[in-house]
Parts: sequence; C-alpha cells; structure tokens
Amino acid sequence: MIVNEQIAIDHGLKKDEYAKICELLKRNPNITELGIFSAMWNEHCSYKSSRLHLKKLPTKGKQVIQGPGENAGVIDIGDDDAIVFKIESHNHPSFIEPYQGAATGVGGIMRDVFTMGARPIANLNSIHFGSPQHKKTRNLLRGVVSGIGGYGNCMGVPTIAGQTSFDSSYNGNILVNAMTLGLVKKDKIFYSKAAGLNKPVIYVGSKTGRDGIHGASMASAIFDEKIEEKKPTVQVGDPFTEKLLLEACLELMAGDSIIAIQDMGAAGLTSSSIEMASKGNLGIEINLNKVPCRETKMTPYEIMLSESQERMLIVLENGKEEQAKKIFDKWNLDFAVIGKTTKSKKIELYFDNKQVANIPINTLVEKSPMYDRNWKKAKLPKKNKVKKEDINNLKIIDVLKKILSNPNVCSKEWIWQQYDHTVMSDTIQKPGGDAGVVRVHGTNKAVAASVDSSAVYCWAHPLTGGKQVVCESFRNLISVGAKPVAITNCLNFGSPENEVNMGEFVECVQGISEASEYLKFPVVSGNVSFYNQTKEEGIKPTPSIGGVGLIKDYKKMITMDFKEVDNIVLVIGKTEGHIDQSLFARNILDEKNGPPPEINLFNEKNNGETLLKLIENDYIKSAHDVSLGGIITAISKMCIKGNKGINLKKPKFLINEIEYFFGEDQGRYIIEINKNNLKKVTEYLNKNAVHYDELGTINENQLYIDDKTKVAIDELKTSNTSWLTNYINK
Amino acid sequence: MKSSVITFPGSNCDRDIDVALKKFGFKNKMIWHDDTELPKSDLVVLPGGFSYGDYLRCGSMASKSKIMKSVLNFANSGGMVMGICNGFQILVEAGLLPGVLLRNKYLKFICKNIFVKINNKHNNYFKNIDNDVLEFHIAHNEGNYFCTSDQLKEIEDNEQIAINYCDKEGVIEDQFNPNGSIKNIAGILNKEKNILGMMPHPERMIDPYLSGEDGSLFFNNLINNLK
Repeated sequence: MIVNEQIAIDHGLKKDEYAKICELLKRNPNITELGIFSAMWNEHCSYKSSRLHLKKLPTKGKQVIQGPGENAGVIDIGDDDAIVFKIESHNHPSFIEPYQGAATGVGGIMRDVFTMGARPIANLNSIHFGSPQHKKTRNLLRGVVSGIGGYGNCMGVPTIAGQTSFDSSYNGNILVNAMTLGLVKKDKIFYSKAAGLNKPVIYVGSKTGRDGIHGASMASAIFDEKIEEKKPTVQVGDPFTEKLLLEACLELMAGDSIIAIQDMGAAGLTSSSIEMASKGNLGIEINLNKVPCRETKMTPYEIMLSESQERMLIVLENGKEEQAKKIFDKWNLDFAVIGKTTKSKKIELYFDNKQVANIPINTLVEKSPMYDRNWKKAKLPKKNKVKKEDINNLKIIDVLKKILSNPNVCSKEWIWQQYDHTVMSDTIQKPGGDAGVVRVHGTNKAVAASVDSSAVYCWAHPLTGGKQVVCESFRNLISVGAKPVAITNCLNFGSPENEVNMGEFVECVQGISEASEYLKFPVVSGNVSFYNQTKEEGIKPTPSIGGVGLIKDYKKMITMDFKEVDNIVLVIGKTEGHIDQSLFARNILDEKNGPPPEINLFNEKNNGETLLKLIENDYIKSAHDVSLGGIITAISKMCIKGNKGINLKKPKFLINEIEYFFGEDQGRYIIEINKNNLKKVTEYLNKNAVHYDELGTINENQLYIDDKTKVAIDELKTSNTSWLTNYINK
Repeated sequence: MKSSVITFPGSNCDRDIDVALKKFGFKNKMIWHDDTELPKSDLVVLPGGFSYGDYLRCGSMASKSKIMKSVLNFANSGGMVMGICNGFQILVEAGLLPGVLLRNKYLKFICKNIFVKINNKHNNYFKNIDNDVLEFHIAHNEGNYFCTSDQLKEIEDNEQIAINYCDKEGVIEDQFNPNGSIKNIAGILNKEKNILGMMPHPERMIDPYLSGEDGSLFFNNLINNLK
C-alpha cells in the first residue's frame, strides 16, 4: 500500500506531522512504518501536549527510588522493602465496552507493577460516571464495576479503596482510573533499559491477535456519534493468563537472567520494543514471523499495533534462553526469541525474509512532536453572599439526610463488596474508610493508599483545585495514621487543542506541583488522558491523585468509626463556613458559581503533622478528614460506622449553624479522644498553633444538636446506604 | 501434623492457607498440580482461586489435573480433604462431594463477613468447637449450592450438611443467605465425613486485625482433632 498524506491523517496524524516524518526518514514511510509513527506520536504515548508542563512536577524525595519515566514509581519503605505503584486511565475503552475496558485497565496497571519485579499487593480505582439520570449511566456503572472485580478478583489481588462520582460532564466520557501497589526488595527491582549488544529479545505471555489495534490512537481522539464502531479497538482481558504471567515472571526474576523487561501496554509490541531500545541507546531487530500469533495471516502492521493483553518483552542475558523457557513452559505460556539488540539505533523489522520497517529510534522518541499549546488562565470567581432567607428555613436534619444520600457521598458498599478486598489476608483497613491499608506481609509495617479527585473544585478554579486534591490525599493518609510518602497522578482532561481545557490542565498541574512540593509529597508516576471530550463538550478537569503512606507499626492504625461513649470529639483546623462550591451550595441551594475553598498549605502541613504526632502518642481513638458535606457529614459517617451517636454543641462563633456544619473549609479533621486526655491534647494543639473546636461528646445512638434537634443514627444510616442499591435495582 | 496444599494454575488463596496452616502448627507442603504423588499428609487442602480461569464450569478443569488421582485415592481411603471456595467447586466436579455450585443468585461477586451455623459436629472438622455459630468471610461468584431433591434427602439423612448461612444468633433464614444456596448450605461433608467442601474462607480470619478470629478457632480446633 502506498502511503500518502490522507492515510496519515486517517491514522490521527496532522499534515505537518506527516511532513515531519517524511523529512526525518528522508523518504515516505511504508504502511507498517506509518502505523508505528502514529502509535508513538499520538498523545497517549508521546505526551506531546503535556510533556512541557509535567516537567514542573516535583519528583524527588528522600524515599524516592524511581520517579516518572519507568513502568511505575518506586519508594523506599525501609528494611530493604520498596513499594512500586502507579495509576493509569482506561477511559475511552471503558465507555465503549465497560466490562472489558475496565478489566483490561486493571490488568494493564498490574502488569506495569510486576514488570518491575514487584508482587501486586493492592488495587485501587477512581471511577466517574455521568448523571445518574442519564440513560447510559446504570449499565456503565454495572459493567465497569464487574470488569474491575472480574480482573482483580481472579488475579488474587485485593481491591482496598477507591472513589466513585457522578456528574453530568461525564455523560459522554466516563473515567476509569486504576491503581496498583506492589511490594519488592530494593535490590530486586527490574527496569526497562536494554543493555548490551546481540542480546536475545524474548516475547512471553499470550499470543498476539487482532484486538486493540489502534487503541492508543483512539484514546487520543474526541468522541462523536460513531464511537460504537470503535468496539473492535477495545482489548479483551484474560486475567487467568495474567496470573500465570505474574507467577512466571516473578519466578524468572528470582534469578539473574533478565537485563530489561517491559510490558506490552498501549501500542503493544511497538512501544515496548522502542522504549527498551531507546532507554538503552541501542537498536533492535525483530523477526515478525517469530511472534506467536492467535490468528492466521496477520500482517506486520497488525502484529506491531495489536494491543492484545498479557504480553511482555524481555531482553535476556545470552545463554539463559533454555532456563527461562522452562519456567514459561511450566506455566503454559508462549515463549519465543523474536529478535536481538543491535548497535544500529534503529528498529528493523523483518517478515517473510524481507525488511518491512527501518526507522531510527530517536525519530520515534526524542524527535517526536512536542507542543506548547495555547492556554487560558482561569479567573478566581467572585464569592457569593449566602442569603439569610435561603437558609433560615432549612431544617438541618433534612439537609443532612439529603446530603448523606447524595450519589457522591452515599455509601459505596454495593460497589466494593463486588471486589475481593481481603484476599492475601493482609487487608487491615477495608474500603469505606479514608484509605485502604494492607500489611507488608510478615512485618509490623503497613502501607496505606487512597485515591482522590475533586472535579468541581478544579472546574471552579483549576489552580486551587489542583492543590486541594493533593491535600485531600495527604489528609486521607494521615487520618489512618500513615505518614504520606509519595503520589501518583492520573490527569483526566478534555481536548488540549481547546485553550480553556488546556488552561485547566496547566493550572491543575501547577496546583499539584505547589502542594506536593510544599508537603514533601512528590509525584513518582502517572499518566495523562486528554480528549475526554464528546464533540464540543469536555469533562470537568479531573486529576486523580493516588497517595501512598507508611505506617511503621500497623497496630497504631486509626479507623474512622467512633469507639466509645463519653469520649470527646474535636474538629482540628479552622472553620470559616466556606459554602461556595460545597455539596450544600450546589445541591441544596442550587448555586453552581463561586470559588472553591482556599488552600493554606502551611495549615495543611502543620495540622496533618500535629495529628500524626498525637496518633503516635496514642491519644487518638478515631479520626476522619472533613471533605464533601462538611463537619456534620464527616461526623455522621463516623457515627454510622461506629454505631454510636453524638451530642453536638452549637457553634460559639458569629457564624451561622448551616455554614458551620456544611461548609467545606480545608485542612480539617474530626478526632475522638478520651476525656481524660482533653487537656493534654488541647495543650499540644495550642503549642503547635493548630486551631480546634470542641464539637461534643459521643453517646449511644442519637445525633443531637444542642439537645433540641435530634435524629437516630439508624435513620442516617438508611439515608446513607440506600441510594445506590435502590438506584441500581431500579 | 502434616498438611499438603495443592496449587493449580490460577489458585490464588494458596499462600493464605499456607500461612494459616503453619500458624496453627501444621507442617505444610505446597504441591504443584502437575505432580503425581501426594506426600504423606494428615490433611490435604484444595485452596480458593480461579483454577484454569474458571472459564469452563468452575473447578472442572482442575478436577482433571494429574495430582487429583492421588487426591482421590487419599480421600477414598479415608484421608482428610478440605476444599475451600474454588477447592469446594473442584471437589464437587471431581465427584467427591454431591451437588453443584451455581452462579450467585444476584449475579454478583460477593466479598463480606457472614455467619454460619455448625450443623454437624460429628466430624474431625467441627468436633469440639464450643460455639454453634461462627463468623466467617466469603468471596465468590459461584457459591450457590444446588442439588436434586433426591440428593438433598440423601445428604440430609446422612447428616452431610456441615454449615449453613445464618444470622448472628444462628437463625437460618432466606434473608441471611448471600448467594441463593439451597437450604442456606455453606459447606457439606461426604458420607464418611472425611471430606469437607465449604465456600467461606477461614484462612482470612486468623488474627484480630483481619476480618475476625473465628478462623483461628477453626484451625486450632482442627489440628487438635487430628492429633
């Protein structure tokens, strides 16, 4: 087939990009080469619109072993143990085919982690759907949840935490972000950098089929009404094969025969072979007839662009082939020597004894396009004045019940009960808390992880929103008694070619940078997903932050359920009653404008670190950060979880009770302490300049406000737990 | 006491049961499905997971594994064989226990704590447990036990029902049945009571920081019964 400009455009390349390819090659590419360029140069693989801005993210820290640029980030958790983790999006495929899209998202991220030699120990996810009223939402939710479960459950890796939200901006573009944590010994980490000449290049895992061809290109395009036609570009997952691949790879990794290893994810054999060669500053030669294929008569083009799952590429030491093959034979997996490393610094492909591609590696990687896109700075919206008449007639308990049953606040038990969250028998904090916690097997240590996003805040003011998400992740880890160590981010945005969407991206990244720098909470891995857009409409900017923290002694872990009657409850951090962009303003007052709550990084750090000290000294019985729905929502959840009530006092200050209880000021936590320790704890808070209010005392089973208003906790529990099951069973 | 745990391709609770057995005093060995000989054992465990991906009927491929011949011989000569979750499905497929395990009634995977009432204590698995009700943990997609009415009569007459899903107080009712199992059956024994198959995972309940400790009670009791 003769390649021309139109064919290049059909591959998602721009005119000038095609011209650049011809110039770099000093000739026209053939169809296989064009396919390779289109796969490497698309947004998903090349980060051409985001690279410039991602450089701003702080990526270094005392505990960082590996930052962005590898299959996943790695942090040091002491005693030669390291945690490998990353979050990744699988948005576009999940909208088209929710079960397989979500399942292969989970499979892909686990592969990224065990490629580095780590056994996956926990999965998390952040999933976002359109309005509950939208006709597609219910089925998408069902499909995504069973897809995530279907893959993770079969792999035997617990899904320990997550986040689910609903917003009409996701009507045409849902988000499915999957995160995995793995455990590895510091001296057994594997990287993707090839080294040495004439080393055998090995293909292992499943056979290559025609599924997923151009998956990465699809993820770099805007949706339109013909999107259903793209179903064949969604990969099909086989978690059983992945489980075998995991065990086989870990068995091989126990020895010393691997030089480099890379999973075949987006753009399959193309990106894996090119990345390994590029990092090693080498060339690579592949005989495509040697690639195990599932279907007959596959062309070089199809073999190179297939996104069949559960495959890995390995550069082995010479002479280790037989020994390695034995392991893969034992696990019934394909094993084929398909090529070798060369000094040419080119990728050279052969098929039926003919050369079918010959491309200098640097043209695919370093010389790939990079754009400084136009972007528009967002203005901070003006604050709304809360009108007294709007709130005076509201009954606080009615509002509370509405908020507890709001789709974005309600209990997600229906979802996480479909995920095996206890396999591996180290899950000590299950989903439904501030963070999931798993023990580091056989030690006193535990690792906490959470995933957060705040699209509404990011939409209202991207810079503040970006900071807020990092702070929320920080707070969630501290609430379970973990020291925050590092984050991974999944940046979900609309089209970078639209300057408002691009502005949202740039400023969210700026916000993330500022907060993670200040909190010493560096970014060690992540991915960018642009073009979450249907025609003109983009999603609300949704950076998801996956935070990881360390608990040195797991017996000191904190949970959010109230523990004991007569204990005292405080809120730490100052409450000003910020109502704009709160769940209350948006859903009760129907006011969608105004700025998000401000972030004060000094207070975030100081409040969090002070609370960690109190936890270390065993003063804290339960803790929970204050987020959506404010103080009273946080407290209600602690009551529901602990099956306890509380006598709340009215706020003393010149602040309306509604604003006090439902405001979403940042940097706050609710804590429970024994009344005998009140003095010691408050002295310590004062000494560290941490603001606190005493909220009340725990009782048996009622929530009182000033003895006048009351509600049974069981009633609040019903509000909180019934929405999702009712919705799904309709 | 010596135990053996069989690892099939796709088993994923094999490590958990290994940890649990060792914690309570068993000398445990992991046995690969392709092996033909079972080492001398006082207990053989088929662990949970998704053997062969469970792409065919759950457990059916594993029931034909090489090692199963020895397991069958061992079981038929009175050896203690316990199948947990996928292991239960394999025992049923191997014909060592009656009935089948269908997809859960609500077509969803379920992972949560449940209660079971011990129905039969005249066997080495549940003998000497003081409690009548245990808090266990389930995690499965196909745990809906079913058998013909003739089979049901037979297993009832022979007191083969080991445990039933119930509430905290031991009340066995439909509302406490998580998966639609006939008669709330969570686990059954063979006629001779040396083979147990059950959906719950006691190995996930062996320390206070996990889902609970009734698994500790179960394993402690089990090893004492075998001594």
